[in-house]
Amino acid sequence: MQVNMNINGEAVSEDVEARTLLVHFIRDDVGLTGTHWGCDTSNCGTCVVLIDGEPVKSCTTLAAMASGHDITTVEGLEVDNVLDPVQEGFMQCHGLQCGFCTPGMMLTARALLNNNPNPSEEVIREAISGQICRCTGYSTIVRSIQWAAEHGTPVSVGN
Amino acid sequence: MTTTEPAPTEERPIGFGKLLRKEDPRLIRGMGNFVDDIQLKGMLHLAILRSPMAHAKIVSIDKSAAEAMEGVVAVVTGEDLAGHGLAWMPTLSNDVQAVLATDKVRFQHQEVAFVVATDRYIARDALEQIDVEYEWIDPVVDVRTAMNPDVPVIRTDLEGKTDNHVFDWETGDAAATQAVFDNADVVVKQEVIYPRSHPAPMETCGCVADLNRVSGQLNLWSTTQAPHAHRTVYALVAGLPEHKIRVIAPDIGGGFGNKVPIYPGYVCAIVASLLIGKPVKWMEDRTENLVTTGFARDYVMQGEIAATKEGKILAIRTDVLADHGAFNGVAAPVKYPAGFFGVFTGSYDIEAAYCSMKAVYTNKAPGGVAYACSFRITEAVYLVERMVDVLALELDMDSAELRLKNLIKEDQFPYETKTGWVYDSGNYEPALRKAMEMAGYDELRREQAEKRERGELMGIGLSFFTEAVGAGPRKDMDILGLGMADGCELRIHPTGKAVVRLSVKTQGQGHETTFAQIVAEEIGIPPEDIEVVHGDTDNTPFGLGTYGSRSTPVSGAAAALVTRKVRDKAQIIASGMLEVSVADLEWNKGSFSVKGDPSKSVTIQDIAMKAHGAGDLPEGIEGGLEAQICYNPENLTYPFGAYICVVDVDPGTAEVKVRRFIAVDDCGTQINPMIIEGQVHGGLADGVGMALMQMISFDEDGNCLSGSLMEYLIPTALETPDWETGHTVTPSPHHPIGAKGVGESATVGSPPAVVNAVVDALRPYGVKHADMPLTPSRVWEAMQGNHTPPI
Repeated sequence: MQVNMNINGEAVSEDVEARTLLVHFIRDDVGLTGTHWGCDTSNCGTCVVLIDGEPVKSCTTLAAMASGHDITTVEGLEVDNVLDPVQEGFMQCHGLQCGFCTPGMMLTARALLNNNPNPSEEVIREAISGQICRCTGYSTIVRSIQWAAEHGTPVSVGN
Repeated sequence: MTTTEPAPTEERPIGFGKLLRKEDPRLIRGMGNFVDDIQLKGMLHLAILRSPMAHAKIVSIDKSAAEAMEGVVAVVTGEDLAGHGLAWMPTLSNDVQAVLATDKVRFQHQEVAFVVATDRYIARDALEQIDVEYEWIDPVVDVRTAMNPDVPVIRTDLEGKTDNHVFDWETGDAAATQAVFDNADVVVKQEVIYPRSHPAPMETCGCVADLNRVSGQLNLWSTTQAPHAHRTVYALVAGLPEHKIRVIAPDIGGGFGNKVPIYPGYVCAIVASLLIGKPVKWMEDRTENLVTTGFARDYVMQGEIAATKEGKILAIRTDVLADHGAFNGVAAPVKYPAGFFGVFTGSYDIEAAYCSMKAVYTNKAPGGVAYACSFRITEAVYLVERMVDVLALELDMDSAELRLKNLIKEDQFPYETKTGWVYDSGNYEPALRKAMEMAGYDELRREQAEKRERGELMGIGLSFFTEAVGAGPRKDMDILGLGMADGCELRIHPTGKAVVRLSVKTQGQGHETTFAQIVAEEIGIPPEDIEVVHGDTDNTPFGLGTYGSRSTPVSGAAAALVTRKVRDKAQIIASGMLEVSVADLEWNKGSFSVKGDPSKSVTIQDIAMKAHGAGDLPEGIEGGLEAQICYNPENLTYPFGAYICVVDVDPGTAEVKVRRFIAVDDCGTQINPMIIEGQVHGGLADGVGMALMQMISFDEDGNCLSGSLMEYLIPTALETPDWETGHTVTPSPHHPIGAKGVGESATVGSPPAVVNAVVDALRPYGVKHADMPLTPSRVWEAMQGNHTPPI
């Protein structure tokens, strides 16, 4: 079936099997491998992308369900060679180690900050609680998002 | 003649200090290169059919329907592999493991057949078309009954095998220990279980195998923590010439020990590429990762401590029953079948110790040494730290006071334990006192007393651990005959930029940053001018890889020493440039100057150009500025730490909340404090996970009940507190820069602190011990006076 969507501002149109998962479509068909796959069951969140600005687990979303929508992946966070404050925050605060969960964490953080520019630690922890990081123990991810809140203005993503 | 060397700043040290990571710019842009990101022209996809039963004879396999499917290129069974002599492979413990089962399956989800197809969906579809007839055999699930005479023999493939015994092992002095126990004022006993756990890195295991039939060259992109060791094993398994094998570990999405063993899937992909002549990708799904790859722990330990009534610990004794699963896949030095469990005497000065152990086969997935355990020190530290708290309860003594009374003293180092381990350096009491100060220990105890009055359940748990990392001296340690030394090569280019090549491989630990810092510290070239190459057997010197916290103790030492070797040569060249003798030069981290006349100096960059440039060099000196070494560690290094955990337990729901966690670590000289803190944080989350949530469990038929992240629970940001970390610095006396390693310290040290805190909270209920994982249901059981072992 034909799917049409906007990924990081570019129109994408492909003929895919109806059962194609969005994560596989993004990675294998479009070739954007920054979105990772980790669990099949919506538990780990390494596959999170933004659909119309909202974080969604692309391993349990069909590509067909995303048709007609705006998708933002990690590759879309940096605009005109300027890093999103969230990306900068993760570097500054050691918010990543192996980097596998990082794209999903950063996209959730971006969506959070768009809605709530000054979230409390509790709110940040709640926002990323659908995602798993095995390396950092989360404190530095929380600090990274706080860094982004302090240093960056919200960026319009996915609209 | 001199050029201005860049001045170090707090943000950009030339050498040790907080430095942002060189890995991060690509990873935060989604430009990492993980195994599943690799796409090769004509690449096919491999999927594995797995057994639904834990123990069953394979009667027949009909693969015809699968083979007939469009898009399916090959369907391969164990029988097919046997025709090539590839149905079995060696494990890292000199056992063998089935690549694909031929005679029978020995654990649920064991590999039975594989499909290669043009895409991953078709490969999975085809698995469903393979018809396998099994004949049920009673599984051996309970480790305690595995040696009963009436249970089925699992390893019928081993000639003459009549039981499920793997090995017996002992350490220490049984008679001397018994004598101490006979005369002790106080003896405490407790069964302590460390249940089966799993590292579950976010990236599952997988590979892309590309075997060129014409040249015989095999390129293997693989999720491996030990590319060189894997290359050698592939050469031995498949009979491929080692110089034709290139193992590449690209970015790795977490390892924690899960990516040390060689799994059947890797071998299947290599065989498939060999048979078909095209590149083949195999990536596990999450279930496959959890239920078939290297598990961790699974020890049933009978602990005993003998002490005086004043609280002086005299002796420690334990008897251990070890579940090794269906194949002994332990990845530990071969002379250490129980890993480094021999350090179970912990951080205490005692008179005698003894351990006996029996390891058995069961119908469960193989593994045993994985998950940041420093070769079983997790189990050892958990045993001793739990037992010390059992003793404290018996003596009605504060658990901090009891530890302070028994810790090895500073002037006793190097300290040889009663089981023969020589702790290189330590200063334990200040670390514990620092943790107590950070925690506000006395105030916490006052708060706890008040809350108990009100019926609230608050617990304070301590642990003090000593790690043994950096395996290891080649006189004692090898894996499959490969000595555990590590190579390192450093080249300084003409313009003074450098490339350092490592045998170890980061899975998130930040080697590209810290190894550049080690070289920078030794030779004064800024870290950003130093490229770190790793994870590619064609482009790095041989060495055994990254696990057991060995990168800094072994490879870090190699990096420092190879840099010193280059610097020694640079000094000779500098003496020629400045026309003075070598002895008249002094080193100023980046330049040599003439003693007494600092205006006459040359930078390392000047020297590099001279080494490669025109004109004479001092007599006997070749051009170029590079060196290679292989470092054989003199001893292990022994990091240590003091941890304090504060929990609140809901008396109505039995839910445990970790309110605070204070960790003081001493890993010797610190290379990058930011990265060290990150390593500690990650391990603390592991500790909370194992203590409260994570367990791989089975039903009586051997079905694995923890096959997804919905059943195998891993802590999120809501179950973990904001970690409070501190450190002391006690350098290793034998490591060139005094560093000890830190990757697994917190995973090793934190579980007993959490469990001790929960047991402490439950003291009003008379609870003396409770086994992990302390889920609400298990805590509730404990509160009712029931104790259900997790095994």
